[in-house]
Amino acid sequence: MARVSRGFQGRRPQVDADRVPPGQYVTRDFPVLSAGPTPRTPLDEWTFAIRGNVERPVSWSWEEFLALPSETVTVDIHCVTKWSKLDTTWTGVSLDTLLEAAGPMAEFVLAFCDGGYTTNVPIADLMGGRAWIAHEYGGEPLEPEHGGPARLLVPHLYFWKSAKWVRGIELHDQDEAGFWERYGYHNYGDPWKEQRYWND
Amino acid sequence: MRGPAVVWRYGTVTALIDESPHAKTIELHVPEWPGHAAGQHVDVRLTAEDGYQAQRSYSVASAPEDPRLALTVERIDDGEVSPYLTGELRIGDELELRGPIGGHFTWRAGDDGPLLLVGGGSGLVPLMAMLRHRAARSSQVDARLLVSARSLGDALYSDELETLAAADDGVVLHRTFTREQPAGWTGFTGRIDAQMLSSVGPAPAARPRIFVCGPTAFVERADDLLVELGHDPTTIRSERFGPTGG
Repeated sequence: MARVSRGFQGRRPQVDADRVPPGQYVTRDFPVLSAGPTPRTPLDEWTFAIRGNVERPVSWSWEEFLALPSETVTVDIHCVTKWSKLDTTWTGVSLDTLLEAAGPMAEFVLAFCDGGYTTNVPIADLMGGRAWIAHEYGGEPLEPEHGGPARLLVPHLYFWKSAKWVRGIELHDQDEAGFWERYGYHNYGDPWKEQRYWND
Repeated sequence: MRGPAVVWRYGTVTALIDESPHAKTIELHVPEWPGHAAGQHVDVRLTAEDGYQAQRSYSVASAPEDPRLALTVERIDDGEVSPYLTGELRIGDELELRGPIGGHFTWRAGDDGPLLLVGGGSGLVPLMAMLRHRAARSSQVDARLLVSARSLGDALYSDELETLAAADDGVVLHRTFTREQPAGWTGFTGRIDAQMLSSVGPAPAARPRIFVCGPTAFVERADDLLVELGHDPTTIRSERFGPTGG
């Protein structure tokens, strides 16, 4: 049990505490976390690809991608830097739809992005209506600093897994650590188990 | 490249230093601190009497060579943790923390230069750790620093930076004051712009290692300007502070 910090009162969340994972606080803002400059890829050069160990490698242009069936979801998001944001609304294409087109044949996914960012997620976490490639936030096109034109959205994991500026996913037979995962962040990143760093 | 386990520890506050009307440096003695690299941060956790806890991240200000661990914390008036750290914490108190965390926004004296460090407000803190590390190792790497602050009174570490730049030809200090300039000020004024960054240098051809830290809007602007000036985006490492937190 942690020792009491003399004189610390703290603020209790003004929301249902069951929605706030341990060590998180709720913010109404939408903070930005990136490791470098915001990439700006013209939409006519943008593609989303699924490659690696799949039956059929596929790639969609921006127009083709927007023509896919999309869903609008309202989810809570949790950043490893401690903020959580409740009831965020996103529109995007379900990974179920995308993966079905490619025919996945491996268990591990490495998402790749403009700017060189990568993150790894087990494929099981991208299926079953739990992950999207989102291109709208709050009914508006996703802004570049928040990952536009499109980002991965995997809200049940810490938000660094929801890779900004995503350009595709690669399927691997072996798990391969992504960008922050190599720098000491947890390989899986379940906010409810507070899996922030390697040994958590 | 797995490092030491990031476990919770208790440090003891050994000194509190006012850096500006809004910012305080907390010096800690942390038994068995595993060491850190300049640019890394720690998580601080506070516990109320009923067991309620709050965590926030703070950059380490001290050089890895310094036996004390120093954090500089800017008070966010409507924050939850920073008002406690800057107002309530006393010398002799224990502070629970774990780290070091982060491996991307770091510079080690063995790394190449030149260095271009761009800091807005308390974004100067991890850059200060890099300059202190550079000095502790007597590194000769060319280091340019551009600090943006509202006023001289708001700027962190001014005396130390002036001393460092005066004593070491390898360190060039530039400051811009966005709201209020000291009397007779001949340096930069206003928000950072392309001309400012270009005159601070080094030129993109020198492929400086660039570290940018500050509030989100500051970093977005600085990064965009640096890319427009021709710097390779992969040479730019940034750390953004959200609009909330503290």
